[in-house]
Amino acid sequence: MNIPADLKYTNDHEWIKVEGNIATIGITDFAQSELGDIVFVEVETIDEDLEKEEVFGSVEAVKTVSDLMMPVSGKVIEFNEAIESNPELVNSDPYNEGWMIKIEVADSSELEDLLSADQYKDLIG
Amino acid sequence: MKNTALTQKHIDLGAKMVPFAGYNMPVQYEGVNVEHMTVREGVGVFDVSHMGEFFLRGPKAIDLIQKVSSNDASKLFDGKAQYSCLPNNEGGIVDDLIIYKISDEEYMLVVNASNIEKDWNWISSHNDMGVEMENKSDEYSLLAIQGPKAAEAMQSLTDTNLKEMVYYTFEQGTFAGVENVFISATGYTGSGGFEIYFKNDDAEKIWDAVFEAGKDFGIQPIGLAARDTLRLEMGFCLYGNDISDSTSPLEAGLGWVTKFTKDFVNSEALAKQKEEGVSRKLVGFELVDKGIPRHDYIIVDSEGNDIGIVTSGTMSPMTKKAIGLGYVKTEFASPGSEIFIQVRNKALKAEVKKPPFIEK
Repeated sequence: MNIPADLKYTNDHEWIKVEGNIATIGITDFAQSELGDIVFVEVETIDEDLEKEEVFGSVEAVKTVSDLMMPVSGKVIEFNEAIESNPELVNSDPYNEGWMIKIEVADSSELEDLLSADQYKDLIG
Repeated sequence: MKNTALTQKHIDLGAKMVPFAGYNMPVQYEGVNVEHMTVREGVGVFDVSHMGEFFLRGPKAIDLIQKVSSNDASKLFDGKAQYSCLPNNEGGIVDDLIIYKISDEEYMLVVNASNIEKDWNWISSHNDMGVEMENKSDEYSLLAIQGPKAAEAMQSLTDTNLKEMVYYTFEQGTFAGVENVFISATGYTGSGGFEIYFKNDDAEKIWDAVFEAGKDFGIQPIGLAARDTLRLEMGFCLYGNDISDSTSPLEAGLGWVTKFTKDFVNSEALAKQKEEGVSRKLVGFELVDKGIPRHDYIIVDSEGNDIGIVTSGTMSPMTKKAIGLGYVKTEFASPGSEIFIQVRNKALKAEVKKPPFIEK
C-alpha cells in the first residue's frame, strides 16, 4: 500500500499536501482500493468556506457512495476537472493525477491534528 | 458463514471477499470494470455455488411445479430450462428461479441463495401430492462461464457441442473428465455462455480445467460486483432488489413468465390484476444529469411529487451512463417519460428506457 511520507492523512482515509496556505486534498491508495472502481466524483462546493470535517463532495464507486470530508477548515478554490471526465484517475494515481480539490487553509494550527504517514500506516494496519 | 468448495481458490487469487446471502463470496478480483468487459468481450468465470438446487421427483412432480410456479412448466421437454417465479398469496414473489426438466419424473429447481430455506419451506408446504423433494444446495457447485468466447474456450473439455446449444437448454454430460455434469446454456449476463452444475468434490478439478482450457482465450475469474453490473445492463431483475415478497410479477414486467393457462398459487388475484392493470411498473431508466442512482432513492416528477423508488442502479461500464431500475406510477412508465431521481438534496433528470441498456 502506497503511503507517501511527505503527506498528512486523516482517519477518513484522505491525504492533504500543504504548500504555503494552499492545500491539495485527495483520497488514499487504501481508500481507492477499498472503494473499488470509482465512477463519479462530485464537488459542488467551489468558493465555499467549509469547516473541518464538513462534507465537500462525494465519491461514487460501483457499489457505494461515500462523503468526502474537509481534513481542515478552509475555502474550496479548485476542483480537479480531470477526474470529472476520468474518475478512474483516482484509482490509478490517487496521490497525483487523482487529486480532488485545492483549498485555502483557514487555520494552519489544525494541520497539527493530522496523521503522519507512519501514524496512518498504523491506522490501516 | 458458509464457504463454497472454491473459497480458497478465490482467496489465493487475491479476491476481495464479502459476506453475501450467508456465504463468503468473491466480490471482485482485478476490478469490476475490467471484469465486466472481460465477460462482454471474451470469457469470464463466476463461482455462484451459493445458489440453491432442489430436485423434485415422481409422477406428480410436474403438478407441484405447476402449482407453485407462475410460468407454464408443461411446455418443458427433457433438456429444456425455464425461467419462472414462485408467487406468494399476497400478490408478491417468494423467489424467481430456473426450472430444469431432466425427465418426466425429475426436475431441478435452481433458486436464489438468500431464499433457499424460504423456498424449500414454501414448496414443501404445497406438497400434498407425495412428490419426493431433495435439497442438494450444499452438495452442488455452480460455475457460470459467460461471454462470447465461452463456447469456443470450453469445447475442449466436453463432447457436448457447446456452440450448437440453444439458449435455455441443457445436457447432462462429461465435462473436464467428470461425469453427469449439468451443462446449461443459461446465464445472467446477456453475453452468452454456460452454467455448469456439478458435485462439490469435483469443484477444484473442474475450476482448474476451466482455467487451463480458457487460458488462450484470456479467461478470468469474475466477482459478484461485475455480475450485478452485467445483469443490470440487461435489465434482469435481482431478487431482494427489484422483486420481492411485496412486488407483483406483473408490476415487475414478468408477465411473460406469468401464464394463466393453468391454476397456480394466487393466480386468480394475479389474473384480476392483469385485467385491471397495475398502478406501478418496474422500468429501466438512464440518467440525463450526472450522478449515480442507488437502491431506495426516491423517484419524483418534475414538480417534486413522489412517484416511485429506485430498486437498482449503477454506472454502465459499457456506455458510461448511469442506469437503473425502479418502480414508477404507471403513467410514468412508458419509454421516453421524464422522471427525476432524488439524490441527496438534488433531483437528477432521467429518462425511462426499455432495457437492455446496451446494444446487443
